Amino acid sequence: MTVTELCESCGFEAVCLPEPDRTVSGAYIGDLLSWVMGRASSDNAWITIMSNINVAAVASLSDVACVILAEGVKLDEDIFATASQKGINVISSPLPAFETALAIGGKV
Amino acid sequence: MSEPLVFHFDIDGEDFISAGQASIQIKKNLRRLGLSPETIRRVSIAMYEGEINMVIHAKGGEADVKVYEDRIEIILADKGPGIKNIDEAMQEGFSTASDTIRSLGFGAGMGLPNMKRYSDSMDIDTTVGVGTTVTMVIKIQ
Ligand SMILES: Nc1ncnc2c1ncn2[C@@H]1O[C@H](COP(=O)(O)OP(=O)(O)O)[C@@H](O)[C@H]1O
Ligand SMILES: [Mg+2]
Repeated sequence: MTVTELCESCGFEAVCLPEPDRTVSGAYIGDLLSWVMGRASSDNAWITIMSNINVAAVASLSDVACVILAEGVKLDEDIFATASQKGINVISSPLPAFETALAIGGKV
Repeated sequence: MSEPLVFHFDIDGEDFISAGQASIQIKKNLRRLGLSPETIRRVSIAMYEGEINMVIHAKGGEADVKVYEDRIEIILADKGPGIKNIDEAMQEGFSTASDTIRSLGFGAGMGLPNMKRYSDSMDIDTTVGVGTTVTMVIKIQ
Protein backbone atom coordinates (compact mmCIF):
# COMPACT_ATOMS: atom_id res chain seq x y z
CA MET A 1 0.00 0.00 0.00
CA THR A 2 1.28 3.51 -0.71
CA VAL A 3 1.95 6.10 1.97
CA THR A 4 -1.01 8.15 0.79
CA GLU A 5 -3.39 5.17 0.86
CA LEU A 6 -2.17 4.21 4.32
CA CYS A 7 -2.67 7.73 5.64
CA GLU A 8 -6.17 8.01 4.21
CA SER A 9 -7.34 4.55 5.19
CA CYS A 10 -6.29 5.13 8.82
CA GLY A 11 -7.71 8.64 8.98
CA PHE A 12 -4.31 10.08 9.89
CA GLU A 13 -3.15 13.57 8.98
CA ALA A 14 -0.79 14.01 6.02
CA VAL A 15 1.78 16.46 7.40
CA CYS A 16 3.96 16.37 4.32
CA LEU A 17 4.02 13.78 1.55
CA PRO A 18 6.72 14.75 -0.97
CA GLU A 19 6.83 11.11 -2.16
CA PRO A 20 3.14 10.19 -1.99
CA ASP A 21 3.38 7.00 -4.06
CA ARG A 22 6.10 5.32 -2.04
CA THR A 23 5.16 1.80 -0.91
CA VAL A 24 5.14 1.06 2.82
CA SER A 25 6.13 -2.37 3.98
CA GLY A 26 6.30 -3.23 7.69
CA ALA A 27 6.92 -0.86 10.56
CA TYR A 28 9.36 -0.08 13.36
CA ILE A 29 8.52 1.72 16.59
CA GLY A 30 11.20 3.64 18.48
CA ASP A 31 12.47 6.99 19.71
CA LEU A 32 16.16 6.22 20.14
CA LEU A 33 17.75 7.11 16.83
CA SER A 34 20.50 4.47 16.80
CA TRP A 35 17.97 1.71 17.42
CA VAL A 36 15.95 2.93 14.49
CA MET A 37 19.03 3.01 12.26
CA GLY A 38 20.07 -0.44 13.44
CA ARG A 39 16.69 -2.14 13.28
CA ALA A 40 14.30 -0.40 10.88
CA SER A 41 14.32 -1.65 7.29
CA SER A 42 14.05 0.57 4.26
CA ASP A 43 10.39 0.96 3.23
CA ASN A 44 9.22 0.60 6.86
CA ALA A 45 6.85 3.06 8.46
CA TRP A 46 8.71 4.55 11.46
CA ILE A 47 6.42 5.26 14.38
CA THR A 48 7.85 7.73 16.91
CA ILE A 49 6.97 10.55 19.27
CA MET A 50 10.25 12.38 18.55
CA SER A 51 9.96 15.33 16.20
CA ASN A 52 13.28 17.16 16.37
CA ILE A 53 15.47 17.85 13.36
CA ASN A 54 17.47 14.64 13.81
CA VAL A 55 14.34 12.63 13.02
CA ALA A 56 14.43 14.07 9.50
CA ALA A 57 18.10 13.11 9.11
CA VAL A 58 17.56 9.57 10.40
CA ALA A 59 14.44 9.04 8.29
CA SER A 60 16.36 10.09 5.21
CA LEU A 61 19.55 8.15 5.90
CA SER A 62 17.78 4.94 6.88
CA ASP A 63 15.48 5.27 3.89
CA VAL A 64 12.16 4.55 5.66
CA ALA A 65 8.99 5.03 3.61
CA CYS A 66 7.46 7.44 6.10
CA VAL A 67 7.58 8.77 9.63
CA ILE A 68 4.35 8.43 11.61
CA LEU A 69 4.29 10.86 14.53
CA ALA A 70 2.18 9.25 17.26
CA GLU A 71 0.24 11.02 20.03
CA GLY A 72 -0.67 13.87 17.69
CA VAL A 73 2.90 15.19 17.82
CA LYS A 74 3.47 18.13 15.47
CA LEU A 75 6.52 19.05 13.37
CA ASP A 76 8.24 22.41 13.80
CA GLU A 77 8.00 24.69 10.77
CA ASP A 78 11.74 24.49 9.93
CA ILE A 79 11.71 20.69 10.09
CA PHE A 80 8.71 20.69 7.80
CA ALA A 81 10.79 22.53 5.19
CA THR A 82 13.68 20.06 5.58
CA ALA A 83 11.38 17.05 5.32
CA SER A 84 9.74 18.33 2.12
CA GLN A 85 13.14 19.10 0.60
CA LYS A 86 14.62 15.70 1.46
CA GLY A 87 11.59 13.80 0.25
CA ILE A 88 10.62 12.53 3.71
CA ASN A 89 6.97 11.57 4.09
CA VAL A 90 5.52 12.59 7.47
CA ILE A 91 2.14 11.55 8.81
CA SER A 92 0.58 12.46 12.16
CA SER A 93 -1.57 10.05 14.15
CA PRO A 94 -3.66 11.19 17.11
CA LEU A 95 -3.22 7.73 18.68
CA PRO A 96 -0.43 6.44 20.97
CA ALA A 97 2.30 4.36 19.31
CA PHE A 98 0.70 0.99 20.11
CA GLU A 99 -2.74 1.92 18.79
CA THR A 100 -1.09 3.54 15.75
CA ALA A 101 0.69 0.27 15.03
CA LEU A 102 -2.58 -1.65 15.44
CA ALA A 103 -4.27 0.71 13.00
CA ILE A 104 -1.68 0.13 10.27
CA GLY A 105 -1.17 -3.56 11.12
CA GLY A 106 -2.43 -5.86 8.38
CA LYS A 107 -2.31 -3.01 5.87
CA VAL A 108 1.46 -2.85 5.53
CA MET B 1 43.50 0.94 -10.51
CA SER B 2 41.87 4.30 -11.05
CA GLU B 3 42.14 7.03 -8.42
CA PRO B 4 39.28 7.21 -5.91
CA LEU B 5 36.84 10.06 -5.84
CA VAL B 6 37.44 11.87 -2.53
CA PHE B 7 35.02 13.97 -0.53
CA HIS B 8 36.34 15.92 2.47
CA PHE B 9 34.36 17.52 5.29
CA ASP B 10 35.21 19.50 8.40
CA ILE B 11 32.77 18.45 11.09
CA ASP B 12 31.68 21.28 13.37
CA GLY B 13 31.76 20.22 17.01
CA GLU B 14 29.50 22.97 18.33
CA ASP B 15 26.27 22.16 16.61
CA PHE B 16 24.87 18.85 17.84
CA ILE B 17 21.27 19.88 17.26
CA SER B 18 21.59 19.65 13.48
CA ALA B 19 24.65 17.41 13.24
CA GLY B 20 24.90 15.00 10.34
CA GLN B 21 25.30 17.42 7.44
CA ALA B 22 28.33 15.61 5.99
CA SER B 23 26.49 12.27 5.94
CA ILE B 24 23.47 13.88 4.32
CA GLN B 25 25.73 15.40 1.66
CA ILE B 26 27.43 12.03 1.07
CA LYS B 27 24.05 10.39 0.60
CA LYS B 28 23.26 12.94 -2.13
CA ASN B 29 26.64 12.47 -3.79
CA LEU B 30 26.35 8.68 -3.84
CA ARG B 31 22.86 8.91 -5.27
CA ARG B 32 24.18 11.09 -8.05
CA LEU B 33 26.86 8.47 -8.71
CA GLY B 34 24.08 5.93 -9.20
CA LEU B 35 24.98 3.50 -6.39
CA SER B 36 22.37 1.00 -5.18
CA PRO B 37 19.92 2.10 -2.44
CA GLU B 38 21.27 -0.63 -0.11
CA THR B 39 24.90 0.50 -0.47
CA ILE B 40 23.86 4.13 0.02
CA ARG B 41 21.89 3.19 3.12
CA ARG B 42 24.80 1.32 4.68
CA VAL B 43 27.29 4.11 3.98
CA SER B 44 24.86 6.80 5.17
CA ILE B 45 24.06 5.14 8.49
CA ALA B 46 27.64 4.06 9.25
CA MET B 47 28.96 7.53 8.50
CA TYR B 48 26.16 9.32 10.35
CA GLU B 49 26.81 7.34 13.55
CA GLY B 50 30.52 8.16 13.27
CA GLU B 51 29.85 11.81 12.50
CA ILE B 52 27.50 12.09 15.48
CA ASN B 53 30.12 10.46 17.71
CA MET B 54 32.72 13.03 16.66
CA VAL B 55 30.27 15.83 17.44
CA ILE B 56 28.97 14.57 20.78
CA HIS B 57 32.11 12.91 22.14
CA ALA B 58 35.05 14.69 20.49
CA LYS B 59 34.05 18.30 19.68
CA GLY B 60 34.15 17.67 15.95
CA GLY B 61 36.77 16.43 13.52
CA GLU B 62 37.33 15.64 9.87
CA ALA B 63 35.72 13.16 7.52
CA ASP B 64 37.09 11.78 4.26
CA VAL B 65 35.05 9.54 2.03
CA LYS B 66 36.88 7.77 -0.78
CA VAL B 67 34.84 6.14 -3.50
CA TYR B 68 36.69 3.36 -5.32
CA GLU B 69 35.29 1.18 -8.09
CA ASP B 70 34.50 -1.69 -5.73
CA ARG B 71 34.32 -0.09 -2.27
CA ILE B 72 33.85 3.03 -0.20
CA GLU B 73 36.25 4.03 2.55
CA ILE B 74 35.08 6.34 5.33
CA ILE B 75 37.80 7.87 7.49
CA LEU B 76 36.69 9.85 10.54
CA ALA B 77 39.46 11.56 12.48
CA ASP B 78 39.16 13.64 15.62
CA LYS B 79 41.39 15.15 18.31
CA GLY B 80 38.95 14.34 21.09
CA PRO B 81 39.49 12.51 24.39
CA GLY B 82 40.03 9.08 22.80
CA ILE B 83 38.34 5.84 23.85
CA LYS B 84 39.66 4.24 27.04
CA ASN B 85 38.32 0.73 26.47
CA ILE B 86 37.29 -0.19 22.93
CA ASP B 87 35.70 -3.53 23.91
CA GLU B 88 33.46 -1.75 26.40
CA ALA B 89 32.61 1.03 23.92
CA MET B 90 31.65 -1.58 21.30
CA GLN B 91 29.03 -3.17 23.58
CA GLU B 92 25.41 -2.48 22.69
CA GLY B 93 24.05 -0.02 25.23
CA PHE B 94 27.37 1.32 26.53
CA SER B 95 27.35 5.12 26.44
CA THR B 96 28.94 8.06 28.21
CA ALA B 97 26.54 10.55 26.58
CA SER B 98 24.94 13.27 28.71
CA ASP B 99 21.22 13.62 29.45
CA THR B 100 21.01 16.57 27.02
CA ILE B 101 22.33 14.37 24.23
CA ARG B 102 19.92 11.60 25.20
CA SER B 103 16.96 13.93 25.13
CA LEU B 104 17.74 14.47 21.43
CA GLY B 105 17.42 10.73 20.82
CA PHE B 106 21.16 9.97 20.72
CA GLY B 107 23.30 8.20 23.32
CA ALA B 108 21.67 4.78 23.06
CA GLY B 109 25.10 3.19 22.96
CA MET B 110 24.32 1.62 19.60
CA GLY B 111 26.45 3.84 17.40
CA LEU B 112 29.66 1.82 17.23
CA PRO B 113 27.71 -1.48 16.96
CA ASN B 114 25.73 0.00 14.05
CA MET B 115 28.94 1.16 12.36
CA LYS B 116 30.31 -2.36 12.65
CA ARG B 117 27.06 -3.90 11.45
CA TYR B 118 26.78 -1.79 8.31
CA SER B 119 30.44 -1.84 7.28
CA ASP B 120 32.41 -4.77 5.86
CA SER B 121 35.39 -3.84 7.98
CA MET B 122 35.99 -1.30 10.72
CA ASP B 123 39.18 -0.24 12.44
CA ILE B 124 39.44 2.05 15.49
CA ASP B 125 42.75 3.74 16.16
CA THR B 126 42.50 5.66 19.42
CA THR B 127 44.80 7.15 22.05
CA VAL B 128 43.44 8.65 25.25
CA GLY B 129 44.08 12.39 25.30
CA VAL B 130 45.13 12.46 21.64
CA GLY B 131 42.17 11.43 19.51
CA THR B 132 40.39 8.76 17.54
CA THR B 133 40.43 7.69 13.91
CA VAL B 134 37.76 5.30 12.72
CA THR B 135 38.16 3.72 9.29
CA MET B 136 35.26 1.83 7.73
CA VAL B 137 35.17 0.02 4.40
CA ILE B 138 31.91 -0.82 2.65
CA LYS B 139 31.87 -2.92 -0.49
CA ILE B 140 29.81 -1.57 -3.34
CA GLN B 141 26.96 -3.97 -4.10
N1 LIG C 1 35.03 9.65 18.48
C1 LIG C 1 34.95 9.32 19.78
N2 LIG C 1 35.75 9.95 20.70
C2 LIG C 1 35.69 9.61 22.01
N3 LIG C 1 34.86 8.68 22.53
C3 LIG C 1 34.05 8.04 21.66
C4 LIG C 1 34.05 8.31 20.26
N4 LIG C 1 33.14 7.50 19.67
C5 LIG C 1 32.60 6.76 20.65
N5 LIG C 1 33.14 7.06 21.85
C6 LIG C 1 32.86 6.43 23.17
O1 LIG C 1 32.24 5.17 22.93
C7 LIG C 1 30.95 5.13 23.54
C8 LIG C 1 29.99 4.29 22.70
O2 LIG C 1 29.76 4.91 21.45
P1 LIG C 1 28.41 4.61 20.67
O3 LIG C 1 28.25 3.13 20.53
O4 LIG C 1 28.37 5.41 19.42
O5 LIG C 1 27.29 5.08 21.68
P2 LIG C 1 26.76 6.55 22.04
O6 LIG C 1 27.34 7.51 21.04
O7 LIG C 1 25.30 6.43 21.94
O8 LIG C 1 27.25 6.84 23.43
C9 LIG C 1 30.55 6.58 23.69
O9 LIG C 1 29.59 6.80 24.70
C10 LIG C 1 31.88 7.24 24.00
O10 LIG C 1 32.22 7.07 25.36
MG1 LIG D 1 27.20 7.17 19.07
